[in-house]
Amino acid sequence: MAGKTLYDKLWDDHLVAENPDGSALIYIDRQLLHEVTSPQAFEGLRLADRKPRRIDANLATPDHNVPTTSRAQGIDDPVSRIQVNTLDANCTEYGITEFTMSDTRQGIVHVVGPEQGYTLPGITMVCGDSHTATHGAFGTLAFGIGTSEVEHVLATQCLRQKKMKNMLVKVDGKLGHGVTAKDIVLAVIGKTGTAGGSGHAIEFAGSAIMDLSMEARMTICNMAIEAGARVGMVAVDQKTIDYVKGRPFAPKGEDWDAAVAAWQDLHSDPDAEFDTVVELRAEDIEPQVTWGTSPEMVVPVSARVPDPAAETNLIKKEGMDRALAYMGLKANMAVGDIPLDRVFIGSCTNSRIEDLREAAEVARGRQVADSIKQAMVVPGSGLVKAQAEAEGLDKIFLEAGFEWREPGCSMCLAMNADRLEPGEHCASTSNRNFEGRQGQGGRTHLVSPAMAAAAAVHGRFVDIRDLEPVQEH
Amino acid sequence: MEAFTKLTGLVAPLDRSNVDTDAIIPKQFLKSIKRTGFGPNLFDEWRYLDHGEPGMDNSTRPLNPDFVLNQPRYEGAEILLARTNFGCGSSREHAPWALLDYGFRCVIAPSFADIFFNNCFKNGILPIVLEEKIVDRLFAEAAANEGYRLTVDLEAETITLPDGDVINFDVEPDRKHSLYHGLDDIGITLQQADAIATYEERRRKQVPWLFND
Repeated sequence: MAGKTLYDKLWDDHLVAENPDGSALIYIDRQLLHEVTSPQAFEGLRLADRKPRRIDANLATPDHNVPTTSRAQGIDDPVSRIQVNTLDANCTEYGITEFTMSDTRQGIVHVVGPEQGYTLPGITMVCGDSHTATHGAFGTLAFGIGTSEVEHVLATQCLRQKKMKNMLVKVDGKLGHGVTAKDIVLAVIGKTGTAGGSGHAIEFAGSAIMDLSMEARMTICNMAIEAGARVGMVAVDQKTIDYVKGRPFAPKGEDWDAAVAAWQDLHSDPDAEFDTVVELRAEDIEPQVTWGTSPEMVVPVSARVPDPAAETNLIKKEGMDRALAYMGLKANMAVGDIPLDRVFIGSCTNSRIEDLREAAEVARGRQVADSIKQAMVVPGSGLVKAQAEAEGLDKIFLEAGFEWREPGCSMCLAMNADRLEPGEHCASTSNRNFEGRQGQGGRTHLVSPAMAAAAAVHGRFVDIRDLEPVQEH
Repeated sequence: MEAFTKLTGLVAPLDRSNVDTDAIIPKQFLKSIKRTGFGPNLFDEWRYLDHGEPGMDNSTRPLNPDFVLNQPRYEGAEILLARTNFGCGSSREHAPWALLDYGFRCVIAPSFADIFFNNCFKNGILPIVLEEKIVDRLFAEAAANEGYRLTVDLEAETITLPDGDVINFDVEPDRKHSLYHGLDDIGITLQQADAIATYEERRRKQVPWLFND
């Protein structure tokens, strides 16, 4: 019999019951809640006269709607305000721990979970948000769910699921200078397509993945959904354990020792079999830039915008034509010739301290180009913001002409006031370049934090590998 | 949730692949704390020529005449015909809520995104996966014949075409059971309360650090 994959192990460990109809009941250890996908779930509980089964298995924070400007005056938009107030009221009513908008621990759920040690290896974790796969970086079985399932988990601590297939994405070799986790995952999506991982749980493995820091692994797992997979994971190693140790919700004392012992098995067995395998060489990956309206529409920065005329699949060709028209681009133009209006550094993909350091390194001693209307940096949480300020990163950004904001999802999905105007192009470190994602008519180009910062100072996309060091005075 | 048994409905074809949930219901409408009322904003950015915001009177907004659902022949459609990877992107259940509120009870496509597919079943919508060449045929027939209707029979797992041809589809037994009877999933799970309690006690001993009550 073949060995087990990491996903198999996590699945088996959480199996409550297998039903004759082929479905299974799996136990959910922890849930993250935010204001957008939870109000109807709490309302559903009340209508059915049910109560949350385990209060301690939930942690909440508002992130999608919160303003990233000063919060002293609260939220201007009355509809957003009601939604955030509803989360506060629900958490108060049921006694669920919430980091409210005025709490320094508030931030994007997928930044807050790991930062607090709420995300732990070997657990199942869900959230009403498709980027929940982020937590898979810890050897956690984490996936996004809809509001009905948020309610289901609140009421039963379980979900009815069908086991997914196993997919291995293996990246071996050494990444080139200036090439980051974001470029790896965009290159993977470029190869698999946006539905390549549908029905699968992805495990990212190989020497290039295991060489990455925990935060870089989170960036990769975060975008598993952009390859169609609800789950993206990395095996546990010493880096995972070192990252978790000492965090507020992490086990302590004897529990810590027992936990570390239990986590040693959180990797795929050497003889485990995967249904689908995708392999890339790290040396082949260049800094990536998306040109279209799906994350699979991506090219290396040195390449040209593809020509639909060369596409033989008719439906694909039409999709490319439509994307070029929406993006206002021409086939075969150089990526460096794409006009840019705004730059956004933030989101659950790239708003952690390492992302901000990477961007600040490029911004240091340089100036945002005159042609860029706005370049904003939005830290992933209040604690990331405080850490960045302690390191002086805020000053580097501000001196270079970037805006330094309060934490939240911000312009990744533009539910708050941060958004693109119709027709504007944005170099963005977020995860989706869908039509209208960052504002109706807005045109998003997904890149790494360093590439976004370099685009801000040059007013166009440049190859981060060609950037000359700034002269020290 | 409303049960889905058998439906004979008008088909509206949406001929693009990778239709994401941001397109199905744009983010500004996710601020609602209700499950209903999303229908007028389904496909908002494609359907209207102006920028939509919550609270607007949608009946007075300028319609995009080129968008398929604005064509009079598709008024009252209950079956949406779509292309590959329909419903990709965000987990927002507002997407099936908007489809349902508009009047769609069934979506047919060669493939769906996983979370969206799952969310449909929780809301009385039947997503049907068919081979691409069959979907191609349905697109061609729907375009050629005004008033093109299909009969979807969940119990028999069949789609009957206007010419009498019958196409079979598959649906997982547990999903079929819940949808056919309009059952509350939470209620079904709570029938296994003993198994949950047994597992939970074992888990508490195994990983006590996850229990802080």
